[in-house]
Amino acid sequence: MITPPGGGYLDAATTAPLHPAARSALEVALADGWGDPRRLYREGRRARQLLDAARASIAASLGARPDEVTFTPSGTVAAHLGVLGALSAGQRRGRHLVASAVEHSAVLAAAHSHERAGGTVDLVPVDVLGRVDAARFAAALRPDTALACLQTANHEVGTLQPLDAVAEACAAAGVPLLADAAASTGRLAPPRRWDLLAASARKWGGPAGVGVLAVRTGVRWRPVLPDDEAEAGRFPGGVPVPLAVAAAAALEAAAAEREAESARQSALVDRIRAEIARRVPDVEMLGDPDPRGRLPHIVAFSCLYVAGEALMAELDRAGFSVSSGSSCSSSALTPSHVLVAMGVMTHGNVRLGLHAGVTDADVTAFLDALPPIVAALRDQVGAGGL
Amino acid sequence: MSVRLDCTGQLCPLPVLELARHIGAVEVGDVVVVVSDDPAAATDIPAWCRMKGHEFVGATGTEHTVRRRH
Repeated sequence: MITPPGGGYLDAATTAPLHPAARSALEVALADGWGDPRRLYREGRRARQLLDAARASIAASLGARPDEVTFTPSGTVAAHLGVLGALSAGQRRGRHLVASAVEHSAVLAAAHSHERAGGTVDLVPVDVLGRVDAARFAAALRPDTALACLQTANHEVGTLQPLDAVAEACAAAGVPLLADAAASTGRLAPPRRWDLLAASARKWGGPAGVGVLAVRTGVRWRPVLPDDEAEAGRFPGGVPVPLAVAAAAALEAAAAEREAESARQSALVDRIRAEIARRVPDVEMLGDPDPRGRLPHIVAFSCLYVAGEALMAELDRAGFSVSSGSSCSSSALTPSHVLVAMGVMTHGNVRLGLHAGVTDADVTAFLDALPPIVAALRDQVGAGGL
Repeated sequence: MSVRLDCTGQLCPLPVLELARHIGAVEVGDVVVVVSDDPAAATDIPAWCRMKGHEFVGATGTEHTVRRRH
């Protein structure tokens, strides 16, 4: 028996706990939809019905058409396919890619791969809140720009990006826009203006192992991997139907609860921001202080003179699961590119991602636990009196 | 007068901690040079200056120069 995450689990921005609606949908679909949806016998037909319904549901949640939606094994793969497939199809226009400097590493990894293959990449800088300037992004578009990439909101600090303004500039320049909606899907209404969209089910309360790539009809895109006729030739190997069904159920549930949950979590984030700033000395709260400019569930901060890895370990010992963009917590020993691009303190960094299971009492417990942990870590390195 | 802190081989937050410890050792208007090969220092030292109201003069290679402002 796996214990469901309790209120001490504060890393929903990495993986949200599985929504109960997804759990029941998964059980039903495991019993009923285990056949290969490409086979024509009854088990295959049943799986095909479930898959078609899941695709239609996710398309509706994203504001897309069902035939525009491709299931992938993860949000990372969706971003890779979206970027590389659009660049491949746009070669006649050119080989230039524009993206914000704070895109998810999946988008940046695809950009690096494009560079290694001889393409060029411009990363648009951000301000100290982590936001790109739409005019500056527009100015980076060139006649040979084959694709622009912008996230709906930043996954590490929660700052919303000016997607509509950038979409307008891209449309005027004739450049397709990929919106990475992984951080915001299920949390905010879906973005309206995009040509390609990538998202990840585990961020919205669906199961791990499901990513979504949507490509608007008429947008130039071509498959990156060999075509085996799965997913209309867009991604080979077939879809895990029960997982896709669970992902769709979770997104529908998230949409139904979105207004109430967003308001509740946003108020918790306001409280966390205010109390940490008041109760922990030498701390920098990151991202937009205005709730209208940020995601409702993400809050990040950096504590001076503390190693992020040690802070994460102490919080874990106290029963709180958080993530960190500090270099000592990355395998490459480099700090988060998001924090670097913002020019904010990279050490002592903590990101919290709230979810429906986090209560007022859980937040109170975290806010009571944090100050003495930071103080003790500072004392250990002799930074207590600084 | 200036102070030079050799933090080569130290990982953040140690170079910033050294800077915080020694900023008071120079007069207002004078500089502290932090030598750090930690990639995080290039972000963390200017960020510390912004938070603490000191001036980040600039970086050359692994040398990060900070002017005490108060």
